[in-house]
Amino acid sequence: MTALGKLFRTTTFKLTLVYLTVFALFAAFLLGYFALNTRRLITEQITDTVNAEITGLSEQYRLGGIRRLVLVVDARARRPGSSLYLVTTFTGQSLAGNVTALAPGILDSPGWTETAYRRLDEPENSEKPEHEALVRVFQLPGGFRLLVGRDLDERERLYHIVLSAGRWSVAIVIVLGLAGGLFVSRRVLRRVDAMTETTKTIMEGDLSGRLPVAGTGDEIDRLAQNLNAMLERIEALMQGLKEVSDNIAHDLKTPLTRLRNRAEQALRAADDDTEYRAALEATIEESDGLIRTFNALLMIARAESGQARDDMNEFDAAEIAHDVSELYEPLAEEKGIALKVEAEAPARLRGNRELIGQALANLVDNAIKYTEPPAAANGVVPEIVVRALNSGERILLSVADNGPGIPEADRAHVVERFVRLEQSRSQPGSGLGLSLASAVARLHGGELTLEDNHPGLKSVIALPRGGPLQSAG
Amino acid sequence: MPTYADINGQRATGRTAEAQPDRVTMRLLIIEDDRDASDYLVKAFREVGHVADAASDGEDGLAMALDGQYDVLIVDRMLPKRDGLSVIGTLREKGIETPALILSALGQVDDRVKGLRAGGDDYLPKPYSFSELLARVEVLARRRGSRTEETVLRVADLALDRLSHQVRRGEDEISLQPREFRLLEYLMQHAGQVVTRTMLLENVWDYHFDPQTNVIDVHISRLRSKIDKGFSQPLLHTVRGAGYMIRDGAR
Repeated sequence: MTALGKLFRTTTFKLTLVYLTVFALFAAFLLGYFALNTRRLITEQITDTVNAEITGLSEQYRLGGIRRLVLVVDARARRPGSSLYLVTTFTGQSLAGNVTALAPGILDSPGWTETAYRRLDEPENSEKPEHEALVRVFQLPGGFRLLVGRDLDERERLYHIVLSAGRWSVAIVIVLGLAGGLFVSRRVLRRVDAMTETTKTIMEGDLSGRLPVAGTGDEIDRLAQNLNAMLERIEALMQGLKEVSDNIAHDLKTPLTRLRNRAEQALRAADDDTEYRAALEATIEESDGLIRTFNALLMIARAESGQARDDMNEFDAAEIAHDVSELYEPLAEEKGIALKVEAEAPARLRGNRELIGQALANLVDNAIKYTEPPAAANGVVPEIVVRALNSGERILLSVADNGPGIPEADRAHVVERFVRLEQSRSQPGSGLGLSLASAVARLHGGELTLEDNHPGLKSVIALPRGGPLQSAG
Repeated sequence: MPTYADINGQRATGRTAEAQPDRVTMRLLIIEDDRDASDYLVKAFREVGHVADAASDGEDGLAMALDGQYDVLIVDRMLPKRDGLSVIGTLREKGIETPALILSALGQVDDRVKGLRAGGDDYLPKPYSFSELLARVEVLARRRGSRTEETVLRVADLALDRLSHQVRRGEDEISLQPREFRLLEYLMQHAGQVVTRTMLLENVWDYHFDPQTNVIDVHISRLRSKIDKGFSQPLLHTVRGAGYMIRDGAR
């Protein structure tokens, strides 16, 4: 496709053409109408004057007969101007006037005619009469004929001036319109070409490419911005997918290998029922752990893909805070940790109660898991506080402990799937708790942040009250 | 962790301290297209004393269920010829109210809601443990048998008044927190039946996720210390590998 051909095929250029055609037709119609009307107006004026003169002249004829008429006509015919007069006998012999070379038969038919003529005072050199006139032939009593008319030169000239002005205007409109259309199309085309170029590199696998944004805030910019946001999301998802597969490879294969080894070992070495039984029990336990990890992964994937958005209702986050704390309170107490709730005001919000409950439960679970029992905590009374707070347009659900906390450098890291800090590898758990909480927060258009509780860790899930749609719009 | 046979006690010699559920023979229909899974279920249900038939696709399953001779239907969500939800929906349209438990590889919350809306009575995501399935099926069958809402639930000398929210064991009044009350209420409603941890989490706390830690066990041990401590006859039993059960051990 040639560059010009491409230009002609752009939507902008096609639109320009359509507008141009419509506008040119409109202009032509307007000017034509104007020209015709001017002409009609002039014709009307001529008709009126001629009629008045005929009335006057026939009055002269009535008063003074043919002699007086001839005198008057003779006098008027001599005046310069575009008025034409002729008085003839019934045989057509000219008695007075300034017109000759009329088309034959004109004088025989009374009424209005347009005809070619020549003035008497003009030389007879040209074969063709040069002028056009609008004349009225009037039959006088006694067989005489009176012709009064006006030259049409002026009318035609004016008509042609208007007409040619119209033609030129339309021509200029078309030329300028085409030029403007090409200019605008080329600008747009250049931007679209740039976008197409980027898209190609992205399609070839480089997901980090972004569409150029001109900064004019027009629709192409908005499109580019939205596409960029989409690419951002896709890149994050792809990255996530890659991490999941890596992590599945690592964290699911390890227990699967253990499972297999144990079964093999039992098959090879066990020699009584008790040993078989023990091996089978261990197998079931191991598979339960695997299922749990797998479920958590699916849950995260689902939360991240946004499917759970269909299942959102309005509920009170304070109630969730109480419920979850109540669920974990005996567990905390067993470990010698004081679990407190601070959720006084009703904190209504729109979301998936089940998922938010699970996210908060994971945070509390983590806090309990990683808070040192009193004996190990050097006299500090271990304490976990679950809060649900209203903060402007957001609801903050937080879990604060005074345990070992997480070093600042590691905080972003721990939210990733399966990541468990080295020193905590001994604790049970799939390592997915924070990832799930984070995925749930993002599903609702919010975020999970980890802060320093001086000492300890404070995990905060900030959620917009109206749910994800309001915040996205 | 014991296998399902433990629950029946057939092979659990030497483990007689464990509680056994009050078992009444049920007739079950398993509609599942995976032949291995359905053979395993039929065999396992027979071993614990129930009668189980199997259908391998939706049309056959529907035809068999239409006879109405079953106590509980176990229906896989995705079936050849006619999917599980449609089987249940058709049965309900025809006025057949046999309780149905849906098995599904799709274990998510909205999927569960869809299943229950279609007329299913319970929902169990795959993979499941047989003890979980058995406990749920038995609860469904029992629910069908007696739907009367008693105001006072009794197990041996333990009485729970659902109106006044009072709990007594013998002459002693036991004070319970609201959640403990609901926990005990749920256990007593299903006295003599195994109640699993997930069933408790679903019905007492209204959560459908796996809390990863043994939170339920801690709640149970708290409740146990309140109702059984100081009494010679324990009522709240742990069924290993399955869950909990409240029953009069002396019977």
